[in-house]
Amino acid sequence: MGKTISEKIISKHSGRDLKAGDIAVVDVDVVMSQDGTGPLAVSQIKKMGFSRLKNPGKAIFFIDHASPSPRRELSNAHSVLRSFASDTGAVLSDIGMGVCHQILVEDFSCPGDIVIGGDSHTCTSGALGAFATGMGSTDIAVGYALSKTWLMVPHTIRVNLIGKLNTGVFAKDIIIYLIGKITSDGATYRALEFAGPVSENMDMDGRFTIANMAVEAGAKTGLFNSDEVTKAYLESQGRGNCFREISADPGAAYEKIIDMDCSVVEPMVSQPHTVDNAIPVRELEKIRVDQVFIGTCTNGRISDLRIASEILKGKKVADGTRLIIVPASRKIYLEALKSGIIETLVESGAAVQNPGCGPCVGVHQGILADGEVCLSTQNRNFKGRMGNPEAFIYLSSTATAAWSSVRGYIADPREVLK
Amino acid sequence: MINSPENIKKTCKGRAFKFGDDISTDLIAPGRLFHLRSNLAELAKYVLEDADPEFPKKVKQGDFIVGGKNFGLGSSREHAPAIIKLSGVGAVLAKSFARIFFRNSINVGLPALICDTDRIDEGDQLKIDLEKGIIKNITKGIELSFNPLPEVMIKILNDGGLTEHIIKNRGFNL
Ligand code: SF4
Repeated sequence: MGKTISEKIISKHSGRDLKAGDIAVVDVDVVMSQDGTGPLAVSQIKKMGFSRLKNPGKAIFFIDHASPSPRRELSNAHSVLRSFASDTGAVLSDIGMGVCHQILVEDFSCPGDIVIGGDSHTCTSGALGAFATGMGSTDIAVGYALSKTWLMVPHTIRVNLIGKLNTGVFAKDIIIYLIGKITSDGATYRALEFAGPVSENMDMDGRFTIANMAVEAGAKTGLFNSDEVTKAYLESQGRGNCFREISADPGAAYEKIIDMDCSVVEPMVSQPHTVDNAIPVRELEKIRVDQVFIGTCTNGRISDLRIASEILKGKKVADGTRLIIVPASRKIYLEALKSGIIETLVESGAAVQNPGCGPCVGVHQGILADGEVCLSTQNRNFKGRMGNPEAFIYLSSTATAAWSSVRGYIADPREVLK
Repeated sequence: MINSPENIKKTCKGRAFKFGDDISTDLIAPGRLFHLRSNLAELAKYVLEDADPEFPKKVKQGDFIVGGKNFGLGSSREHAPAIIKLSGVGAVLAKSFARIFFRNSINVGLPALICDTDRIDEGDQLKIDLEKGIIKNITKGIELSFNPLPEVMIKILNDGGLTEHIIKNRGFNL
């Protein structure tokens, strides 16, 4: 019988022929954590009595969540990671390099790999055709030390993206729309596999956005076949040699198949305080925004900065609204600098900050005041997410966010993208 | 079922603290307290504060957190179940759990049990027997069962958590 992508990858890494529901100890290729989960992983590694890591070249510690550190306790936590990496030969991705998930797809994850990360959005690497999933610090500690973990092979929900994307509609709108339909636990313990003409024609940046948010439906990972688009992306990162073809077999057994007609999707937002509280922008009443944030592992890529600059060119951010922009990685930042994108954004009134997580998780660089409204391109709008449980977070595509920053309220980007 | 390694109580008795659906890890251990993550005892003083500001003051050793569906959704921070355990909570009961939270709970030795929580109200006295797999609602005079954990998780929990499992076996023995 045919296999799903998850069944193929996990079987290969366990040396056994596995199907959905089976449990196995597997070899892992890439292990990572970030400055919020790394320090606990380090103390667990020490507690378990390990002094060496199995594969330090693919063991990465990212300093991206509080980067640069806004306070002493976090500086101390960073220092723990820096010295542990230097003692063990693990890779350190320090301040200014960017968000963990973006650096993973640029420099580390390959199609067919198993990637485990101490961060729930590790599923982003699934866009390359890697089985990539988030875990807690202790699981990650074991992964660092032994390059092994245990996994249950997930059942798979196949999502066929059919039809076409209308003007003003982006990958982010597709995934918000989908999560609105299947809800925040609609794919719990499952893998989501994306296929169909819209996904085949989608660039890597769009695929990353969709895979990134698979976990917002509870999924273990979000997978795409690897294809020519994947290959070209890896080549552009100087890693063409790690390309492998990964795809689901035609006769694979799916728990469910969802045919989603993308032609009916409009620009979407998630309203406070859950991602599945989704609604087309058109149906929203006029909601004034205090802060707009463009960035993160969901939408801080070059195509995001480009569309933002196209929308903002020659315009100004509205009075009473602040626009914060954070490129997801140093590579993206440099490309945006060289092509004049950053100049356009700054001229429009944006505050451009160094690559990293920025204000996404409420640690620094843009914490909201009581009662304030933020429109963000990030993946999560839970109460308290951006540092203040009295604030309100809406999520949207980058185009919607950029245009809303000009209007000063949540606005439909089709007003400007024709 | 589940044995009782030193750090997990075989039976526990306490009050139910009821929460709704979709309790996120941002509500349990918020990002604004990111700087306390290397100081779990301090972080535990704020456990679930954004969902119920009184909870950290009221919770006592042996009490239970009772949630609705999709408990623990969101971030992979193991700090969330770790501080629930540190605050004295004997087990978390919910209709369903988010995947990473569920796995993290077992890893830190916090029983996460799936049962029909509609039959438990705030303040009910509960008694849980992990070995027998029974939840007694003393206040209501009813018994609830909980879904059995997967075999691998029982092994990990029986060793007291993942760290203890690895120390004991010098690797996985699942
Ligand atoms: S950008 Fe936001 S969602 Fe992405 S890793 Fe950083 S904190 Fe997490």
